[in-house]
Amino acid sequence: MGLELYLDLLSQPCRAIYIFARKNGIPFELRIVELLKGQHLSDAFTQVNSMNKVPALKDGDFILTESVAILLYLTRKYKVSDHWYPQDLQACARVDEYLAWQHTTLRRNCLRTLWHKVMIPIFLSEPVPPETLAATLAELEVTLQLLEDKFLQDKPFLTGPHISLADLMAITELMHPVGTGYQVFEGRPRLAAWRQRIEAAVGEDLFNEAHEVILKVKDTPPADPTSKQKLMPRVLSMIQ
Amino acid sequence: MGLELFLDLLSQPSRAVYIFAKKNRIPFELRTVDLLKGQLVSKEFLQVNRFQKIPVLKDGDFVLAESVAILIYLSLKYQTEAHWYPTDIQTRARVHEYLGWHADCIRGTFGVLLWARVLAPLIGAQVPEEKVGHNRTSMDQALQQLEDKFLGDRPFLVSNQVTLADLMALEELMQPVAVGYDLFEGRPRLAAWRTRVEAFLGAELFQEAHSRILNILEQMANKTIPVPPPEAHPTMLKRIARIT
Repeated sequence: MGLELYLDLLSQPCRAIYIFARKNGIPFELRIVELLKGQHLSDAFTQVNSMNKVPALKDGDFILTESVAILLYLTRKYKVSDHWYPQDLQACARVDEYLAWQHTTLRRNCLRTLWHKVMIPIFLSEPVPPETLAATLAELEVTLQLLEDKFLQDKPFLTGPHISLADLMAITELMHPVGTGYQVFEGRPRLAAWRQRIEAAVGEDLFNEAHEVILKVKDTPPADPTSKQKLMPRVLSMIQ
Repeated sequence: MGLELFLDLLSQPSRAVYIFAKKNRIPFELRTVDLLKGQLVSKEFLQVNRFQKIPVLKDGDFVLAESVAILIYLSLKYQTEAHWYPTDIQTRARVHEYLGWHADCIRGTFGVLLWARVLAPLIGAQVPEEKVGHNRTSMDQALQQLEDKFLGDRPFLVSNQVTLADLMALEELMQPVAVGYDLFEGRPRLAAWRTRVEAFLGAELFQEAHSRILNILEQMANKTIPVPPPEAHPTMLKRIARIT
């Protein structure tokens, strides 16, 4: 068995991996794990990843989790173009710096925005308290400003003149709040132009295909009782 | 100017960087950024680091933040022993897998007790006991995963030798230990792992890197900890507000 990728394109790092593999012509079997149906909690998927998280990679007997680890593994194994994760020591360190930074900042803020604006109403049939949502969006604004001022600055891409793993991880995050209807790029011409450059670099068709699910997320019907029950601990943990 | 490292050994990622550089005999100038004296928000430091975070590395004109990025940079630049950041594709992937999980489940969780017991009271703030209890549950869950899924029956977290993962993990775990939660008690596998990592690093270096954090409760009892200046409070209060 060749390379298998366990993904749900609803998840932002899954989209990054999907785009990366497709763009680089890496052959893989797509194994869809539907999060909203609780498929990541199934016995079958637990055997792949006992932490019950997507993305997961299976390459023969080798199973790997965590998006950054998967992207770096694919980068090395398939010897993709250097710009994704440069050999140059300092350029590579810039990508590592972004990949470490995003965990507790952009990743957290974009995920919480999706949950607070869309997911929690789907599961609890009521909105989150307005002050919670306001705090989440305020934190997101601070992070977007950092992304623009401290990372992007006046460069074409986050870590230099070419697209890297950092850009892919960042744009797929930002499409989360975009999917909820939040105007991420309005009033941010530098970020908007950066987004256009990424879309051009990966190809518009691929970009759109990967984001079809998240851009329709607002139309998700209320959760059915079975999914509700399976996912309730996760839902409650996202309110805190 | 050679390599400069901006650190405060009170901070767990700073200690990881410090220990790594010392253990590998990488020559550097230590630039202490004293968190308790508010030096993180000082103008001098802001000029060095656009994020106002430590650790920071400065190598000539090149300034780098984020402990993981710094450790990888040092590993590659100084060609440290391969076991730290293995060249084997699968083992290296395991290091990154751990570091990814660490960023979500360890980092941000194991520092809370120091904030609750020492740092918040220093500036007249409080972390509710309910949150301390919740943090304890999060730590215990993370420790169980650390033990079962990462350590397993291996001597070290992802391989048979010490990697960056072990260093990052141990420094986080030492944080609650220093303020009274001996999380190794009742966890013999993790305790044995700690002994192995400590033995590898050497008792002297381990002692030196941890003396600041391990003395913090005593200093607090003797009231010899400096009170952070007012300009440091907003950042500290923001951190406290993020504790769930």
